[in-house]
Amino acid sequence: MSTSQTTIDPPRPTSLTLTVNGELRTIEIEPSVTLLDLLRERLHLTGTKKGCDQGQCGACTVIVDGKRVNSCLQLAIMKDGCEVVTIEGLGAPGDLHPMQAAFIAHDAFQCGYCTPGQICSAVAMIDEGHATTSDEIRELMSGNLCRCGAYTNIVDAIEDVLSQRRRHLEAAE
Amino acid sequence: MTFSYHRAESVGDAIAAVSRDPNARFIAGGTNLVDLMKYDVERPGRLVDITRLPLKGFEQTGGGGLKIGALVPNSDLAYHPSIERDYPLLASAILAGASAQLRNAATTGGNLLQRTRCYYFYDVATPCNKREPGSGCSAMTGVNRIHAILGASDACIATHPSDMCVALAALGATVHVAGPDGERTIAFEDFHRLPGDEPQKDNTLAHGEMVTAVELPAPRFGANHSYLKLRDRLSYAFALVSVAAAIEMDGDVVGEARVALGGVAHKPWRDPKAEGLLKGQIPSSSAFAAVADSLLSGAEGHGANDFKIELAHRAIVRALGQAAAATPQVQSSKTVN
Repeated sequence: MSTSQTTIDPPRPTSLTLTVNGELRTIEIEPSVTLLDLLRERLHLTGTKKGCDQGQCGACTVIVDGKRVNSCLQLAIMKDGCEVVTIEGLGAPGDLHPMQAAFIAHDAFQCGYCTPGQICSAVAMIDEGHATTSDEIRELMSGNLCRCGAYTNIVDAIEDVLSQRRRHLEAAE
Repeated sequence: MTFSYHRAESVGDAIAAVSRDPNARFIAGGTNLVDLMKYDVERPGRLVDITRLPLKGFEQTGGGGLKIGALVPNSDLAYHPSIERDYPLLASAILAGASAQLRNAATTGGNLLQRTRCYYFYDVATPCNKREPGSGCSAMTGVNRIHAILGASDACIATHPSDMCVALAALGATVHVAGPDGERTIAFEDFHRLPGDEPQKDNTLAHGEMVTAVELPAPRFGANHSYLKLRDRLSYAFALVSVAAAIEMDGDVVGEARVALGGVAHKPWRDPKAEGLLKGQIPSSSAFAAVADSLLSGAEGHGANDFKIELAHRAIVRALGQAAAATPQVQSSKTVN
């Protein structure tokens, strides 16, 4: 569904409709608002973090129409009609996503600031289906920096979820 | 960032909206333009959103080639079965660049149009002829470790940052363009330009012209290819030097070779004369070294990037060796085979 006007001239707030974590949201925004600022400042979904705000650190990673992207480099107005999943949409206390549970089990964070982006990125990476070895995981997760250096445990957590998945698939056959 | 916004309904609508406003820009993936706007390097008054245009398809061409829509995301292109099977050099180069998140957002056309990552171009407090023509080049005598060794001018030593474009240059792609005066095609080697005394111009597009597709010629080079990228980190960094190498064998000798360099010039660097030296030769390190000597004959460092000349020489020999042996560099492998 697309509700916003196709021309906004001069710049002024306009209506935007998005599905965020399964819920339809209509918000008035200026064309210059990024998806990251919309999520954090307008929808108060502060799980998604602002690190570099330049597409270099991956802390702002969210899943848009099934694809992981840097929300800091997306203009929200351009995402009208899209479906966005943030860390809040993956799981909640008591009902964790398997990737969230694996990050806890493997101690895959210290300060935790990069973690929502790491988890959104890892979940989408597994759906992409191109990572099987630890080398491939490292390469395909290189857009998510961790200044605490928890990389070893992050790779372990992701490998754990991948092997859980493989066991499920084998059991289903 | 203050700008008006228009969501284009058609290619014609997009071209008209940009052509009539010198301060308007097309926007698709936005991974470079939005970044540059945050740095105040780009200050468009109007953004024309082309993401809803029907330029997302793949089309076989009459000559056995493949036409790729300008809005195909970099990741979709790299993992497309036809690209993996018929143009693995291109798939490999794309996966050597950026991060998975950026490749999901960045488009085929946008990759061609991304701007240099020269530190001074990004820093509006410093002179830069590319950003502010006539203001001077800070890199010339500044920190220039990442800068050009080939084809630079007194005005600019910036490099083109793309990996994908290096493979497209080697493969001899064609760029399809639409503009206010109609459609045209541009050979890949003529798309990007050298800085000369107009470094503000990265390419040969006129204002209002839009990339609509990139066309690959019929597949060649079989298994004999490699994309070797050398950089300061093992992943997610721009090339200091990269090499796209492809060889078509004719029995025991080389029929045709292609070598394109990234990270060393204002555009992907090719020299058909250097490539021609391999024709009829049995692949060997000495034959590859002769190609490297020729490709780099005009190379010139600017102090901190002097090392790139030797690095490029070694990378060319190594990448051609990988291509000849049909053991292409694997981008998730962090050792050079």
